[in-house]
This record gives sequence, structure tokens and C-alpha cells, in this order.
Amino acid sequence: MSILVDGQTRLICQGITGSAGAFHTKQCKDYGTQVVGGVTPGKGGQKAVDDLPVFNSCLEAVSKTGADATMIFVPPAFAADAILEAADAGIRIIVAITEGIAVQDMMKVKQTLSLPRYKDTILIGPNCPGIITPGSAGKGCKIGIMPGYIHKAPADAESGKSIGIISRSGTLTYEAVWQAAKCGLGQTTCIGIGGDPVRGMNFIDCLERFNADEQTAGVIMIGEIGGSDEEQAAAWIKTNMKKPVCAFIAGRTAPPGRRMGHAGAIISGGQGGAEAKIEALRAGGCTVADSPATLGATMAAALGVK
Amino acid sequence: MNIHEYQARSLLAKFGVPVPAAELVTTPDEAAAAYEKLGTRVAVVKAQVHAGGRGKGGGVKLVKSANEARQVAEAILSKPLVTPQTPSGGVPVRQLLVAAGVDIEKEFYLGMAVDRAGACPVLIASSEGGVEIEQVARTNPQAIVRVRIDPRNGLYDYQARTVAFQLGFQGDAFKQFCTAMKCLTKLFLATDASLAEINPLVLTRDGKVLAIDAKINFDDNALYRQSEIAAMRDEREENPAEVRARKHELSYISLQGDIGCLVNGAGLAMATMDIIKLHGGEPANFLDVGGGATEEAVTEAFRIILSDGNVKGVLVNIFGGIAKCDTIASAIVNAAGEVGFKVPLVVRLEGTNVDKARQILEQAKASIPTMIVADDLTDAARKITAAVAA
Repeated sequence: MSILVDGQTRLICQGITGSAGAFHTKQCKDYGTQVVGGVTPGKGGQKAVDDLPVFNSCLEAVSKTGADATMIFVPPAFAADAILEAADAGIRIIVAITEGIAVQDMMKVKQTLSLPRYKDTILIGPNCPGIITPGSAGKGCKIGIMPGYIHKAPADAESGKSIGIISRSGTLTYEAVWQAAKCGLGQTTCIGIGGDPVRGMNFIDCLERFNADEQTAGVIMIGEIGGSDEEQAAAWIKTNMKKPVCAFIAGRTAPPGRRMGHAGAIISGGQGGAEAKIEALRAGGCTVADSPATLGATMAAALGVK
Repeated sequence: MNIHEYQARSLLAKFGVPVPAAELVTTPDEAAAAYEKLGTRVAVVKAQVHAGGRGKGGGVKLVKSANEARQVAEAILSKPLVTPQTPSGGVPVRQLLVAAGVDIEKEFYLGMAVDRAGACPVLIASSEGGVEIEQVARTNPQAIVRVRIDPRNGLYDYQARTVAFQLGFQGDAFKQFCTAMKCLTKLFLATDASLAEINPLVLTRDGKVLAIDAKINFDDNALYRQSEIAAMRDEREENPAEVRARKHELSYISLQGDIGCLVNGAGLAMATMDIIKLHGGEPANFLDVGGGATEEAVTEAFRIILSDGNVKGVLVNIFGGIAKCDTIASAIVNAAGEVGFKVPLVVRLEGTNVDKARQILEQAKASIPTMIVADDLTDAARKITAAVAA
């Protein structure tokens, strides 16, 4: 099984006529995702990326295609509006790839999404690589910018075991996927939750779902400096998690007070340092890898896979 | 983005938070004239640099005459200011603020920040002002009041009253303090600030609420709609290599070590620094070339890394996703031809177009004699730390 998205998911792309939107829509389609169209206001009626229909609004796209997921490549100044448009059109899974959205825009988005009518809406990101449920033979669902070919579907896992991956970082997720696959571990679903300080899904939202998913044998969780989401996840894991969790925290060597690339990766006011997170995760029962190069091996060992 | 104290004070004044009179000066004579103009018995001469801890470094001094103002200004302007937050050599002081002295009854802390977990701004106030709020949080946490702010509507009246009561304000000062909190909230929301601290905010002996020192940071992602704020940027206060990198849309932070790093992705870039340290080395920088990195931007990244005199070796760690390995490989060849790698260069590439990239590097091997190809992350960290130690 998988969480959140699978071969049945029907995807549109907001910003499909832009260069990044078009390129990645094609990549997702080639991977096997059911891409059913795109949205660019003012370009409704045109075709884009292998003859996909372009609509003027999410509402129109949903009514004509039955889309239940969207991938947002809209520029930062307009991305918050794009998220709210998707939510208002009733789209269930909103994946915001855009990097550089102002934090106050995201605060307002979160405030709106907390209204009762959006209780079933799930936002992933922004500033994230997206979500992928690997599938063999073109049956998977890739929503985002990750390289599809490094992933391994559960059916292809040499060890017979598969894991979930949750991460605040893009390329570090690829690293974890790559290492896990080399160890013979498949992936049920991999989610990049994004590097911004205010975002949609968090570690716990993902952990809850992986905990309930039968096929997921364990979880790799990749955090980084800034905020206290890892500490909260650790407390949740301690009381609720039934499966092994292997973690890595990036930024042990980061100087305080500096923003390390991601808007959310900053140690400020003595808060958000790597050591406190590592300590909390260990206390929560997670195995924390000291090196980013041993993520896959650490997970395999925890699952008894040689 | 960071601004100077004098800029933060002018923003506070613009949004209605009262500040004592002050003059910005650049010479000792101007400092003396400013003292005369202010007309208070005591004035404060304050170095205008972005680094914190100015008082500890001797960058903030009380003066009681024009002559003293001149001497103090001379002393501060004549040498780099060293504080716990500056590099060991200190930073040059180019401007001074000469501010009217005030008779202080009590000091408070008033600040705003981003509450990540609450997805909203948070107002933080304390009856223990004049010291670092982090220190108060450790020693006397109950002296700190926190209020979550509605990002659309700002501070509500009842919230302002609650904070003012908890801090013990009374009478007219109560009203002034409530107004100050409302004005600070307006400033925070209207300017896309990410941190706004008034420390101390004081109650004077004659019953006035005044902001004495202020520090404001802004959300870089919102500068596109904050042209007035963006114009306050003082690039002289920033590391020149970081300014240069920003112009090429590279995310670069200069560090103290000797192993330069070139990585794609912020998380992987941090992890690369961590693994260098784990193998006994010290990273010279953080550098994320980003997903859409062009050959030109990556070549510039090499120029920036190699311009750091401390760099004794370079580690390239790329996991190609959107960024393609062959683009990076071509940039390595370019940089080798243009600037030359006199120091060891360890290259680890994986992901999109890695085979093409390996071919490019193989063909250029003869022209880059210091290049070592690594198989994986651990191998790369071992090879670069060994090469630099040798």
C-alpha cells in the first residue's frame, strides 16, 4: 500500500505553461502519474505537455477532469493564492513546489485552511520536492520534482520490506531513497514536507499515516536545524509509533543565527539546534544516524535486513 | 535581511512608537555638534553595525559633554569593533548614532517573532528588559509573556490589555504601552518583518514609554514587495563573498574551516558540512547551488570558493534531481580551465545524467590533475579530509 497518493490519483499542474511546470508535468506523466490537465489563468482552451487540456481555473479543471491532486509551480508572489484556489475547488492533495513564498502569506493560508470546510484538504510544502508512491512498470504516482528512477516499488524490493520517508530537504531525501534502494528496501511513499518555517503537513501527520499503513515496515525521518518540529515528532513517536524510525538531523555544524539555504533552517535565540533534536529523537526511541551516508544501512539494520 | 539600529528607530517612529531624539553622524566633530544640538546633559554614542553585543565590545558609551562626545566618537571610529558576534578581527564602524539620554524608571523587553508551530506572529514581552531575552527565558521564564497574533487582524485590544496588566503598567503609562504594542504589531505585519525587538523599552521618570534600542530583521522572501525596506540594505555590513553569491542566486555562507563545499540542495549542503566534520575536517563554507543551476552560476560558485584564502581542498557533492550532473561536470571543467584547481578537488556525483557527467570528467582528467573521483558520500568525505590533511 501507500499513503495519500497512488495510481488512481488524478493530477493537475497549476502553472503548467511555465517552463518548470511543463518540464515536471512531463516527467510525472512519463513516470506513470495520471496527469489530467493543468491551470494557467488566461490560457484556458489551449493544450500543453503532450496534448493536456489547460483550464482558466482550478474549479473548471476539477469539474472537467475529476482531478483530486494538484502540483503548484506558480511564482512565489502568486503561490499562496494558487494554494487557496486549489483548496476552494475541493482538491484533496495540494503539493506546493514553489520556493520563496513570504512567511506571512503562508500564515494566512494556514489560517484559512484551518476552517472546517477544509478539514479534508492536505497541503504538502511549500518549498518541497513533492510526494511519490513508487510503482513498478509505470504504475506509480510521482507528484513533484524528484528523480523518479532512483525509487524502488515495494514489489521490486529484494528484501521484501518497504519503508516510508519524510524529509524537510529535497536532495537529502534522494540520498536516503538511493541508499535504501541499494540496501534492498522498497519505498511505500516518500514525502518532502519542505524547508519553510510555516508549511502544510508536518512530521506527525505523515508518521500517523505510515504507522497505519500495513506495507510500511519502518520510516526514515530527515530533519534539520530550526524550529521544534522534530522534538514534537519525537514525543509523538515515543507514545504512538509501532515501527522503527531512523532519523538524521542536518546542520550539526551550522553556525547559530544564519539561515542555511532553507528559510526555516536557522538556529535562533538558542532554539532549533541539531543536538537538542538528536537527543529528543533518541529519547523517543529513534535510531539517529551520525552520518548522512548511513541512512539506508541504519534503516536496514533496524529492520533486520542484511 | 538585517538593518541598522538607526533605521529600525526611524521605522518605529514612523509607525508611532516614540523614540528619544538622536542624530546619525560619521565624524567626531559631527558627534560633538550632535551632543550640543540634542541639549540633554547625558547622551549615548552608539556604533552602527549589524553585529549584536555592541555594548560588550565598547561600541556604546555615555557622554556628558561635547568634548567627551568627540573623544568617544574618535575612539570608536578609529578601530574595528570586536563583539562576541563579530569575526575575531572585528568590523569597521562607519556611522554613529548620538542619542539623547533619558532618565529611566524601569526597563522592559518588547519583541515580535514568527511562531512556527502556531503559524502566526507572536508578541513577546517581559518586565526584565535590557538583558538578552534568551537569558531571561533560562533564568526567569515566568517573567516572559507570549501572545499569538492574528496574522490578518493584528493585536486585539484585549490582548494588549492582558500583556500590559501582566507587566504591571498603570495609568497613562498603561495606555502608552498598549499603543506601543499595537504600533509594533502594525510595523511587523506591514513590513514583512521576521523579528522586531525593542530592548530595552523604558518607562522614564517623567512617565513616558520610549524605545531605546531596536533590532529588526525582514523576511527575504517578501523583499520583492517591500522596496522601501530593501533599499535599507547596507551591503558593506555583509561578507563580500556572500553578496557576490547572492547576485548569482547562489546560497553561500562563509565559515572558518579549510574545505570548500559545492552542493545542490540546502539539506544536503548542511549534511555535507556535517560529514566533513565527522571525518575530522572543517568546512570553509555552506553552498547550495540550487536546482536550476546553470553552468555559469556553478563556475561562479567555484570562483567564490577558491577566492577564500583558507581553502585547502574542495568537495563537490551533487545528487542530481532537477540539477543535472553533466551541467556540474562541465562547470568543473570550465572552472579548471579558467581559475585552475591548485588544491585537491574531490567530486561525488549521483543522480540525473551521472553517466554523461562521468564521461565529461574522464575526458578532462589530464587537465585537472588534482581531481579525485569518489564513489559515495563516505568515500568523498574520507578522500577530501585525507587530501587536505596531507
